[in-house]
Amino acid sequence: MIAHIFEDLCDGCNTCVSACPTHVFDASPTGGAPIIARLDQCQTCFMCELYCASNAIYVGPDQAGPEIVDPGAIRASGVLGQMRRDHLWDAPQGDLAPLAEYWQLGPFLQEGAHISARRYALKHASAKPSEP
Amino acid sequence: MSGLDLEADVLVIGGGMAATWSAISAARQGAAVVLVDKGFVGTSGVTATAGPGHWWVPPDPKQRQAAIEKRYPSSHGLAEKVWMERVLDVTWRTLPQLAPYYAFSRDGSGETYYPGVRGPEYLRALRAFALASGVRILDHHPALELLIHQDGSVAGAAGYARLDRRAWAVRAGAVVLATGGCAFRSGLIGSHTNTGDGHLMGAEAGAELSGMEFSAIYTLSPAWCSTRTLPYTASRFYDANGEELDIPPPLADQAHHHALAKAMLEGPVFADLSEAPPALRPILRRIQPATVAPFERKGVRLFEQRFEVKLFGEGTIRGTGGLRIVDDDCQTTVRGLFAAGDTATRELVVGASSGGGSPNSAWALTSGHIAGAAGARLAKAHGRRAGDRAKPAGRAGLRPVGAVAPVDERGAVRTVQDEMLSYDKALWRRREALEASLTRLDDAWTAVSIHRRAEGLDQVAARETAALLACARWSTRAALDRKETRGLHIRADAPNLSAEGGSRLLIGGLDQVWTRYEGAAGSTAAVEVAA
Repeated sequence: MIAHIFEDLCDGCNTCVSACPTHVFDASPTGGAPIIARLDQCQTCFMCELYCASNAIYVGPDQAGPEIVDPGAIRASGVLGQMRRDHLWDAPQGDLAPLAEYWQLGPFLQEGAHISARRYALKHASAKPSEP
Repeated sequence: MSGLDLEADVLVIGGGMAATWSAISAARQGAAVVLVDKGFVGTSGVTATAGPGHWWVPPDPKQRQAAIEKRYPSSHGLAEKVWMERVLDVTWRTLPQLAPYYAFSRDGSGETYYPGVRGPEYLRALRAFALASGVRILDHHPALELLIHQDGSVAGAAGYARLDRRAWAVRAGAVVLATGGCAFRSGLIGSHTNTGDGHLMGAEAGAELSGMEFSAIYTLSPAWCSTRTLPYTASRFYDANGEELDIPPPLADQAHHHALAKAMLEGPVFADLSEAPPALRPILRRIQPATVAPFERKGVRLFEQRFEVKLFGEGTIRGTGGLRIVDDDCQTTVRGLFAAGDTATRELVVGASSGGGSPNSAWALTSGHIAGAAGARLAKAHGRRAGDRAKPAGRAGLRPVGAVAPVDERGAVRTVQDEMLSYDKALWRRREALEASLTRLDDAWTAVSIHRRAEGLDQVAARETAALLACARWSTRAALDRKETRGLHIRADAPNLSAEGGSRLLIGGLDQVWTRYEGAAGSTAAVEVAA
C-alpha cells in the first residue's frame, strides 16, 4: 500500500490525485503535497509512483494492510523513482527503448511453461511401474 | 452544489481498453463522444496494470480457419465461429492504428510486433488516441445509474464527480457500458474498481446477462501482493514442511490451478523459481517492472528464495459472463444500450472457457470497436432525444424501497468475498453450498436494497457494494441452475455434461433473480431487441 509522500520532493502538481484509479488521494486544501485520504482503497498498483515525475511517492509491497516505513531509509535506499526509471518514462518522445524488450514476454512465458511440463512428464514417467 | 449537465451522441461508461476503443470508434464515425470513468483513463482497470496479448492471426483464410478450429472445442459448444472470425478480423485491422501513440517494437526477427502491449503504455496511448479523435474524457466521474426513456430505450446516465464533488448527467443517443468485469474484491491487481457496476446498471434498465456461472478462475501471485505471472510458469511448489508438491504444469490449465488450490486449502504453499528461464532474470525488469517491485521491497530474492504464493480470484474478468449481446452491434436487450469488453458476455468467442488473455483482449478491442460505431450510427439515425422525458433507473443504494437505515456495507463486501472467492466453494461447486451462499448473499442484498440511501461521495461505494452483491448472486444462482460440469463451471455433484447445457444460460432480475436457457439455436441474430 502507499506508505509515504515525501513532502520536500513533491511539487504539489496533484497528478497523483487524478492518476490514482481508486481515489486514494485528496488534493491538499492549502496547496502542497496531497493527502492520503482513503488508504483502504489502495490496491498497490504502483501507478501513482509511475505518474509522479518528482519521484516523491513510495508504495510499500504489502497490499493487505498499512505499512509503517522509515522515510529516511527509503530515501537512502535509492528506491524512489524506481517505477519510473524501470518503465523508462523519462526517455525522450519517440524513443523505442522503453518497450524494446516487451515482445519477449510471450516466449518467456512459454519457455517457463515447457520447463514445468517436461519436469512433470519426466517425474511421472519414471514413477510409472514398468510394463510386465 | 450545481451539477454538470452534458449532451452527446454517444456516452461511453468505463475507462479501460474496451471503453477507449469504443470511444475512439464512435468519434471516428463523426459522433460527439463523452467518456466517463470511475477512475483515470490510463490507470483504471485490469489492462492498465497488465500486459495484454491480443489474439493475432494473419488474414489468411487457412490460418484463420485453423486458429478458430483449434480454439473452438474449448468453448464446449457455447461460442460462435462467426464471432471468432470477426474478432480476429477487427483486431488485426484496428490495433496497428495505435502506432502514432504507442512505440510498437520489433520482435526477434525484425518485424513490427503488434499483439502484445504493456498495460500502462497501452492505456496511455489509448487515452492520447481518444483525445486526438475528439473524445471528451471525464476522469473520476463514476456513473451511478442509467437514464431510461418512457419507451424503455436508454437515454443517458447520471453519476457523481468524485474530485469535484458534484452530480453529473449526460443525455446521449446511445450508451456503451464498458466498466469491466467483477472480481469480487479479490485483491487481484487492477481490479479494485471492477465491481460489476455496468452489470448492475444494465440489469436495472432491463438488460439480461449470460454465462455468469463461468466466474471461478484464479491467478497465481505472491501471497502479499497480486502481480502479473511472467516469472512463475517454471515454478516448483512446496508445502510448509519443505516437501515438494506434485502440481501439474501451467500448460495443464485447470488441473494446475486446482492442484494449487487443494494444496492451499491444506496450508501455505511456497514457490521456487530457481528453474525459471535463465535469460529471463536480467531482463524481467525491462519487460514487467511492476512484477519486480513487490519482491525487492519485501526483501525477497525472486529467483533464489522460496516465497509464499496465493491464488487471486478473477471472477468474470477472466471468467466469461456478462451482459447478454443480442445482435451483431453488441447491443443488449435494452435499445440503445451496448456492452463491450468484460461487461459483455465473452461466451460468443470463448464459450465456457476463459480463453486466456489473448482472445479476451481481442474481444475487448473488437466489442468496443463495434459497439462504439453502432452507437454512433444509432445516434445519427434517431438523434440524441435529449428533450424527451427520461427516468433514472438506479435503485439499490440510491433509492431504497423501505425505511432508510444504516447498512453494514463492509460486512456485505466480506460476505461477497467469503462466498465467491473461497477455493472449495468456487472450484468444487455443490448444490447445498451454493444454496447456503445464495441465502447469505440474498440477505445482504435485501439489506442494501431496502435500507441504504447514500448521499454525495458515499454513493460510489454504496453502488459498488450493490453491484458486487448483484454479480455474486447472479453467479451463484447460475452455478446452481447449470446442473452439470462445463468448462470453467465445475459441479462436484454433477461431473458430466448435461443435455440442455449446450445452450447459454441467461440470467437477470434484481430482487427476484431468474434463469432460462437460451433458444437451442444459440445464435445472436434472431433475438428481438426490447422497445
